[in-house]
Amino acid sequence: MLVLEKNALSEEIEQLVAKYGSDRSALIQILQAIQRKHKFISDFAQQEVARLLSIHPVEVYSVITFYSFLCSEPKGRNIVRLCKTISCDMAGKDAVEAAVKRELGISFGETTKDKRITLEYTNCLGMCDQGPAMLVNERVYTHLDPEKAVNILNEIK
Amino acid sequence: MVKRENTRTPVSQQPHIVDKPADTATIGGTISVEINEKKVTVPLGTTILEACRQNQIHIPTLCHHPDLCIAGVCRICVVDVEGMRTLQTACSFPITSPIKIRTSTPMVRKARRHIIDLLLSEHYGECYSCFRNGNCELQSLAKEYGVDSYTFGHVEKPRYEVDNSSASVIRDMSKCILCKRCVRTCIDLQEVGVLEAINRGHETHIGTFLDKPLADVICINCGQCINRCPTAALRANDPSDEIWAAIDDPQKHVVIQTAPSPRAAIGEEFGVEPGHSFTGELNTALKRIGFDKVFDTNFTADLTIIEEGTELLNRLKKAIVEKDESVKLPQFTSCSPGWVKFIEHFYPEYLDYLSTAKSPQQMFGAITKTFYAKEAGVDPADIVTVALMPCAAKKFECNRPEMNDSGFKDVDYGLTTREMAKMIKEAGIHLPEMPKSNFDDPFGEASGAGLIFGATGGVMEAALRTVYELVTGREVPFKNLVIEPCRGFEGIKQASVKLENCVEEYKFLEGVEVKFAVAHGTANAKKVMEMLRKGELVGYHFVEIMACPGGCLGGGGQPIPTSADIRKKRAEAIYAEEESLPIRKSHENPHVHYIYEKFLTEGPCSKLSHKLLHTHYTKRGKFIS
Repeated sequence: MLVLEKNALSEEIEQLVAKYGSDRSALIQILQAIQRKHKFISDFAQQEVARLLSIHPVEVYSVITFYSFLCSEPKGRNIVRLCKTISCDMAGKDAVEAAVKRELGISFGETTKDKRITLEYTNCLGMCDQGPAMLVNERVYTHLDPEKAVNILNEIK
Repeated sequence: MVKRENTRTPVSQQPHIVDKPADTATIGGTISVEINEKKVTVPLGTTILEACRQNQIHIPTLCHHPDLCIAGVCRICVVDVEGMRTLQTACSFPITSPIKIRTSTPMVRKARRHIIDLLLSEHYGECYSCFRNGNCELQSLAKEYGVDSYTFGHVEKPRYEVDNSSASVIRDMSKCILCKRCVRTCIDLQEVGVLEAINRGHETHIGTFLDKPLADVICINCGQCINRCPTAALRANDPSDEIWAAIDDPQKHVVIQTAPSPRAAIGEEFGVEPGHSFTGELNTALKRIGFDKVFDTNFTADLTIIEEGTELLNRLKKAIVEKDESVKLPQFTSCSPGWVKFIEHFYPEYLDYLSTAKSPQQMFGAITKTFYAKEAGVDPADIVTVALMPCAAKKFECNRPEMNDSGFKDVDYGLTTREMAKMIKEAGIHLPEMPKSNFDDPFGEASGAGLIFGATGGVMEAALRTVYELVTGREVPFKNLVIEPCRGFEGIKQASVKLENCVEEYKFLEGVEVKFAVAHGTANAKKVMEMLRKGELVGYHFVEIMACPGGCLGGGGQPIPTSADIRKKRAEAIYAEEESLPIRKSHENPHVHYIYEKFLTEGPCSKLSHKLLHTHYTKRGKFIS
């Protein structure tokens, strides 16, 4: 990481700490803000957060690994999460899954070569009556079928 | 609820301490509960576990540890509380109403058995080949609850790779039962913060930052986590095979130095109650094992006092007489390798405050391979120096690249009390039965001042005895040389001694009030360093810091288990032995005089002693790359 980038990131985290407070209970809000902007929380960012909240870096890492929506490794620009829970499964998740995999040429847990999309499973989204359901970044799509799912993927930049 | 002082533990995990009224007869001060149909009265806020223990009712525990905050994660201590829908954990249930508790219903017994079965289903333990065999809390629970089959299966293969990157601590997470004692030790007790729970659900494991090897993260090697681990997930890096090989090699001249703390604790490994010293017996046992010479680390502890005391006087002289403002005061002790690494990581900008004197262990190594080799007519290349220490960090210290001033690796192996006990047992020796014998010359005699290095405040007490007498020509003004303000287990102790009627050489110190502080445990060290940063230590002259709670006698290499009570007994054993010694001041040790006459002829802090007995430190910082 370049020194300039590090300084910019430090400054950004300092602003977040000024906004949310330097108590350890502000940790999640700060991490979510970093995740939203950078799509991942680098090891440098984790240590900066730890320093500013005067906690230990391993505590930050522990929180990041606990929550599926926070990650410490870079992923694609967009994250597509397909619900794998039983209602969606019975509503035809398998067909959607196969179509999505075929369209992107990757399997779940992987990222496309152009870093456009990362494919993941998620547990229940609470859309059991409208399955199969899929989450694209922060937006939920319901009543999917293979064609609809592929169309959605193709619209993602 | 009283908030525990200086802890960042979330409120939910803090011990339930309810303000206890001074007069327990006051209404609301105590509360009557029924445990197994027996009426007992306890102070309000007592946990069920405490109440049961006070009334001789045994409740099994696993994640609970007297030194640590409450976690309530293992669930083994569940009891039945009347009116509650589910079983309750005794360790985290404060009694605030007149409840009825039952500790041995069929449901409680079955739940506990299931919990043990579930723990065993993920615990890769082959008891025969495990170093905690016979001293494992999970093993004894399994026995207590009559586990005769694996109800929920058993892991056949280790799930994680063993992390043996560190010179001091080895982590084998396949044996971990996720009690989080190590996490609480590292974060709350020591405030170093190496370990935390990583991931979630069945993927949870205890890991380091980014799951890096232990050698690559900021670990001070204190080994306190080892002392508190209920299973063998954490252990010290054991060099006993190499030591056996050296003993069996007739070419090698194997020399062992023994530190004060292991003597006061090693008996525990042989089933003796804490609080008995086995100095003489240990000497005999070590000679029978095959060590060529058995020396006393206290001798170099005396040497440390002379060197460190002289360094302090030099600093004072520079500051007071020469008005040199670059002199760093207070001077910090440097005997504890855990503390040295702590300050290198967390306060590198204050390294100049640290005394440059090596720890007694390293001084001994350097002297053995130079002075002793010449006196005894042994080629230093053939000498193997072993150090029996209560400490895991000493293993790291002897492997520091700068520690080879004798031209060889000064100390070859650091051995913990536990590993020594194992070697003694392997040799077929039952330590308590051994006849007593003395240490070998030339480093056989040491003062009591060296002995008390083992307890927190000991270095300070020893240094004051010498410095005060050097400066004033009189003994310290304390009855029987016992400097009370240095003793006890308070986190940070502060006191002062006034210097009056000084001898001619130290007239510049006339009327100076020597202010000192003593801290143990790196959480307290952190507080002291913050005081220094805020300028609250201005006017202080000398600060002793030990990385482990209780000082060396609570070190990471000492017998398991540990608790405040055990540490107190070990300290009592050390202090009792000290009072029986003929010499109790470092500067009166004849061997110390001898070495300054024969070898370090230019005196303390001279060129040769700087080469052999002093060291330098590395600014490490706390960034993990």
